[in-house]
Amino acid sequence: MNPKKVDKIAVGVIYAMSGVIVLILASLLLFILWRGLPQISWEFLTAPAKSFQVGGGVGIQLFNSFYLLLLTMLISTPLALGAAIYLSEYAKQNWMTDFVRTAIEVLSSLPSVVVGLFGFLIFVIQFDFGFSILSGALALTIFNLPLLTRTIEDSLQAIPATQREAGLALGLSRWETVTRVILPAALPGIITGMILAAGRIFGEAAALIYTAGQSAPALDFTNWNPQSITSPLNIFRPAETLAVHIWKINSEGVMPDGAEVSAGASAVLIIAVMLFNLGSRYLGRKLQKKATSA
Amino acid sequence: MVTNEKIIETNDVHLYYGKNEALKGITLDFNPNEITALIGPSGCGKSTYLRTLNRMNDLIQDVTITGQVKYKGKDIYSPKMDTVELRKKIGMVFQQPNPFPFSVFDNVAYGLRISGMKDKQKIQHIVEESLKKAAVWDDVKDKLHDSALALSGGQQQRVCIARVIAIEPEIILLDEPTSALDPVSSGKIENMLLELKENYTMIMVTHNMQQASRISDNTAFFLQGHLIEHGKTRQIFTNPTQQETEDYISGRFG
Repeated sequence: MNPKKVDKIAVGVIYAMSGVIVLILASLLLFILWRGLPQISWEFLTAPAKSFQVGGGVGIQLFNSFYLLLLTMLISTPLALGAAIYLSEYAKQNWMTDFVRTAIEVLSSLPSVVVGLFGFLIFVIQFDFGFSILSGALALTIFNLPLLTRTIEDSLQAIPATQREAGLALGLSRWETVTRVILPAALPGIITGMILAAGRIFGEAAALIYTAGQSAPALDFTNWNPQSITSPLNIFRPAETLAVHIWKINSEGVMPDGAEVSAGASAVLIIAVMLFNLGSRYLGRKLQKKATSA
Repeated sequence: MVTNEKIIETNDVHLYYGKNEALKGITLDFNPNEITALIGPSGCGKSTYLRTLNRMNDLIQDVTITGQVKYKGKDIYSPKMDTVELRKKIGMVFQQPNPFPFSVFDNVAYGLRISGMKDKQKIQHIVEESLKKAAVWDDVKDKLHDSALALSGGQQQRVCIARVIAIEPEIILLDEPTSALDPVSSGKIENMLLELKENYTMIMVTHNMQQASRISDNTAFFLQGHLIEHGKTRQIFTNPTQQETEDYISGRFG
């Protein structure tokens, strides 16, 4: 066989392989949307769930998912940012740094159910936070931290060394170089990483089952007293999220329209995650343009 | 004392990357308001030497420096030395133009803002003056708020020089500032450096012999970590005392 022919066959095989992947993804998405979209209505998105009757919604679960996401990002972003800045800008290349990097890699490959059980033991039992949003947010932080640190570190590393030299040679201190030159330049990458992490958190169930709990007590959206159990803001109330809700309906749901609710909730989840992904691309590109004023 | 005439004095400077000795005892002084060219083949240590003068080698791990480097009589490697202040007085221009990914104006205003200048009119004034001194004002005056990355390489390099000038250093270190540029841009930068000489001391690493002979007052020839010869540029180029210098300048090696 001549090289030209080999090339053609190779390209054909690669096309076929990519085709299979696209096909699997597309059919999965279409199936979920096809089954779920008809269930979605304003009523479905806002009404509380029902355990034994037809017609439950996912309003509280949806709110819980967003609230938990917000709290998790509030806790994990500063931590990840600090760790990433240290690893990328300050850490010396030695065994300690290698050790920290390896630890982060190991942590990022930890199964989320293990993180969930760990969170259960530490936050729910030991710290006595109970099944609560706070326990859930802390467990999700553990789940999220390694990958977020990694993406932020990568965005910082992508800024050429010449930029650091330029800053230092200009009489900026190291910290000023990081905060005034490197961070602004890396911002688009950091934002993209944060939004992708948000998508992962939003869809996470296993780490939450044992931490944020599987029940969604009725919320009173006019009650803004964070101490009150019916207040949406209370961080010590149990909070079933959308992803946990789907898991629960399918494993022990007794409502007659369980299949429909599950399909609808899945579609909402998928749409939200897709919006996060598309949003991250759009925002990343826009910020890049703005930061470089190109 | 003679010391107050010299702006930088280096005495028996050795520099090691790990165990590899890159500078083998360099003793060299610089007069104010002169241009000194550091020449020599690649890997001879001239850029490394340049970077010892504003402590840019601090960024590299496993570097050991012995000997003395004095700026205006003060040892810059003494623990009391504030490197941030030092680098404000000894600016640096790099081989690859490295503007920040911000607008032209912000690039030049950056150092000023960070050192705490608030007066907008004053900043505006200094930015304009610096860009004029760097002979790039006419190129960029209509696009001050466009990204510096959109400029040509030559323009970028001159913006980088303006950025250094804006914080009013006394010395400007130039590490092959024109080697990534076309001849026209290089010519513009050379002319600009000659004009800047009135106010600044410049030390420039260059691979371009014509450039060294055209604009420098003094020339120092490095070879394999040694300073082979230094003196007035005219004398080095017309009547070198060392055989190696003559061989290098006449293009027999390097």
